[in-house]
Amino acid sequence: MSELAAEDFAPQRVHPARATLKRLFHHRLFVTGLALFGVIAIIAALAPWITDVDPNRLSMRNKFLSPNGDWVFGTDNFGRSLWSRTVWGAQLSMIIGASVVALNAVFGTLIGAAAGYFRRLDNMLMRVNDALMAFPAILLAIAVTSVLGPSTLNVILALGIVYIPRTARIVRSSVIVLREMEYVQAAVAAGAGHWRILRHHILPNAMAPMIVQLSFLFAYAVLSEATLSFLGVGAVPPTPTWGNIMAEGRDYMRDAPWIITIPGIALMITVMGLNLLGDGLRDVLDPRLRIQQ
Amino acid sequence: MSLLEVRGLTTGFMTGSGEITAIEDVSFSLNAGEILGIVGESGSGKSVTALSIMGLLPSPPARLISGEVIFEGQTLTNMSDRQMQTIRGPGISMIFQEPMTSLNPVFSIGEQIMETIRAHERLSPAKLRERAIEMLDKVGIPSAARRMDDYPHQMSGGQRQRVMIAMALACRPRLLIADEPTTALDVTIQAQILDLLMDLRDEFGMAIIIITHNMGVIAETADRVLVMYAGRVIEEAPVATVFDRPLHPYTRGLLECVPSLTEDRARLVAIPGTLPEPTRRPPGCRFSVRCSHAIPACSAALPPLELLEPDHSAACIRALDLAPIRTADLAP
Amino acid sequence: MIRVAIGRLLSALPVLLIVSLISFGLMRLIPGDPAAAIAGISATPAQLAQLRVDLGLDQPLLVQLLRYYEGLVQGDLGRSLLLGKGVFAATMERLPVTIGLSLYALVITLLIGLAAGIIAALRQNSIVDQAAMMFAMIGISVPSFFLGLVMIIVFGVHLGWLPTGGYIPFSQDPLGWLSSSTMPAISLALLQAGLLARITRSSMLEVLRQDYIRTARAKGLPMRQVILKHALANALIPIVTVVGIIVTLLVSGAVVTEALFSLPGMGQLLTQAVLNRDYPMVQGGLLLVTTFLVMVNILVDVLYAALDPRVRYE
Repeated sequence: MSELAAEDFAPQRVHPARATLKRLFHHRLFVTGLALFGVIAIIAALAPWITDVDPNRLSMRNKFLSPNGDWVFGTDNFGRSLWSRTVWGAQLSMIIGASVVALNAVFGTLIGAAAGYFRRLDNMLMRVNDALMAFPAILLAIAVTSVLGPSTLNVILALGIVYIPRTARIVRSSVIVLREMEYVQAAVAAGAGHWRILRHHILPNAMAPMIVQLSFLFAYAVLSEATLSFLGVGAVPPTPTWGNIMAEGRDYMRDAPWIITIPGIALMITVMGLNLLGDGLRDVLDPRLRIQQ
Repeated sequence: MSLLEVRGLTTGFMTGSGEITAIEDVSFSLNAGEILGIVGESGSGKSVTALSIMGLLPSPPARLISGEVIFEGQTLTNMSDRQMQTIRGPGISMIFQEPMTSLNPVFSIGEQIMETIRAHERLSPAKLRERAIEMLDKVGIPSAARRMDDYPHQMSGGQRQRVMIAMALACRPRLLIADEPTTALDVTIQAQILDLLMDLRDEFGMAIIIITHNMGVIAETADRVLVMYAGRVIEEAPVATVFDRPLHPYTRGLLECVPSLTEDRARLVAIPGTLPEPTRRPPGCRFSVRCSHAIPACSAALPPLELLEPDHSAACIRALDLAPIRTADLAP
Repeated sequence: MIRVAIGRLLSALPVLLIVSLISFGLMRLIPGDPAAAIAGISATPAQLAQLRVDLGLDQPLLVQLLRYYEGLVQGDLGRSLLLGKGVFAATMERLPVTIGLSLYALVITLLIGLAAGIIAALRQNSIVDQAAMMFAMIGISVPSFFLGLVMIIVFGVHLGWLPTGGYIPFSQDPLGWLSSSTMPAISLALLQAGLLARITRSSMLEVLRQDYIRTARAKGLPMRQVILKHALANALIPIVTVVGIIVTLLVSGAVVTEALFSLPGMGQLLTQAVLNRDYPMVQGGLLLVTTFLVMVNILVDVLYAALDPRVRYE
């Protein structure tokens, strides 16, 4: 076979990161998810500019207005603008979701990598992990917020405590597999330090399942935050969170169903967007997980 | 009338970049009790041929594009899956390359043999069990009755392949298709399994299609041989003829590196290059890019499979120029 | 199988020990004086001192811990401040409500989730598959309390088919229990059904690709037998482990559902305890519920061993 022919039949070389991005943007689920989540995220970011009424301004004259030209989303039992409250609620949901994801990315990775890499730590860390995971998630979050006191920051901490063990477990299982890979063993044999091996050889390759997990985690965090405030143990009313709006609207759902429906649908769009995003990321970054999940 | 007639069988697979053909225009016939070897590299279309005959290719993505399969006068390619169920088992049955994964891990081997018989015959539970034990006994599983309730994971690879054979022969098929039956096994076990197949052929009188990439296996077992390359039959003849006077350069390449039974996994070093991907098949003769005798005319058109000598066909335009001198001709 | 059960029980012991430590430590995490937090601002110094003695907070931490375990060994989890009765007794009154609701939801989850997952896998990429997966996606994205609220409006208020709240014990009136539990169970089950449908589908697709499915077809078995016997028996193995997780999620989700439909279960008990700063109840209740869930998961593992001969014979 001639040289020329060999070239003809060789696979084309494409930059891996660019190829991944291209595959992501051709993935229908991913693009749909990104669009749904993106809309909510942009609205949340623009909150100060797209609302003209303070979300907590009472206006008893205007209470229980159904959505109309002046009040896009209507008003609640205190005449507060539901547009303002829902938009600011979106911002809070995003902040809490992003904070929980950040906490998980840092501590989940640290704990998971330590347990997976250092065999002596594994048993101890994973027993604590198992214990934290044995608690029903919402109950543990409620108990922690009740102890720390209800506030936005404490909701973030509580959800961190609930979800970090789950992230750590996922990181740990990838690290355990990677630790035994030949190229890692070669680095060990070459005398590389633990920190260097973890940072350069193991963690970059453990990223794919982590990223997938974090996008689902964002969804759980938003959902759990709403649940906690709905139960009255989240951010203190009148803070505009979707859960708070729905909890307050609950008593009037017969006559003013829009109060619970609007934040409910916003919540649903956010969570579905993140789930679709996660599915897309999983299909593209880590097809193996598709089977395990 | 022959037992099996395959005529112009062409099977395609739908892929992301359109439909590709896995096998093209495959034709052959097989008489009762005969052993046909199909040989070729992995990816040459051997297994697709077998699965097309059985109607077991997943559809979609697979699709029969043209051709027909006639078994005992019935056209299998026109049958519904329900009708095929009556052929699979008592008519044609099949054993596979991977005995480790071909048995269902959650059912006992006895149950797996008995359910095969149950699907095709009405027998009392006692008779059913008796028959299954008899089959295990025939394939050489020691103390068969006691092993009926064992699970696949409790057996070795060789034993599992014996169980597969017992299961395949439980309904006394007229044709057994053995797809690389020994490839996954240890060398010593390989010979035992081949011997067992030969013995069982003598006892039950079924025809066998044995699929392999190993010319050694063909030499040991087959009556006739069909050589496949990149989805097409490139040579067909009785085994002795092919070993004596291979007409296609690819077949000669295969024979030059016959791995003996003791070193099965040896690469086919005598032939440079690799099998072309189905999407990147070269024009003309598909072997031309690897062939040391290729001339420009080879890339011009796909050479047809032609009967070049009595009972010996090949698909190579230079076959007769290049073929070695027949041993018979050497005699004064 | 008995060995599997014993093995799992033994490995659960350290987990339960840590669970109990976390439950114990939780109350000590209260910033400042726990007694003050519990008694509220109107309490007199004498009342506070009394409360500290009652809760054992006047003792050194180690003594408190020893007393805590002494109590646990004797089955004494302390007294609820709000209800004035033992935590164990209070839990036992409420737990059956939660278990009943969770079981009902589990049945719905299994029926919908398994059926949707299997059908979707068998008709992969068809419209049926896409519809089932769309349904599953909505299921995992709708918050259960929102679904519950919508159901109350539609079925309770507008159509009047089902009661919007209140609880009828099964022992009193099974039909009444069914009608009072149906909406809560459905709203609780939908998320889990969506999860299960997705897992069942991928597990089924994985199994259908296996060599032994091809063998079963090559033997001439009818398609129905290939799917319902050979494929399902294998696909169920990973699904069983998921059932343990689903039960945990159901009990966790029941907290919200009970609050929404005013069902007197564990979730409501603990939410009330949290809102009223009844820390002994929170601590003990959490420990009991978690222990119960750990036991359920052990049961699931034993069931797993029963289904998979490879594990059974180890």
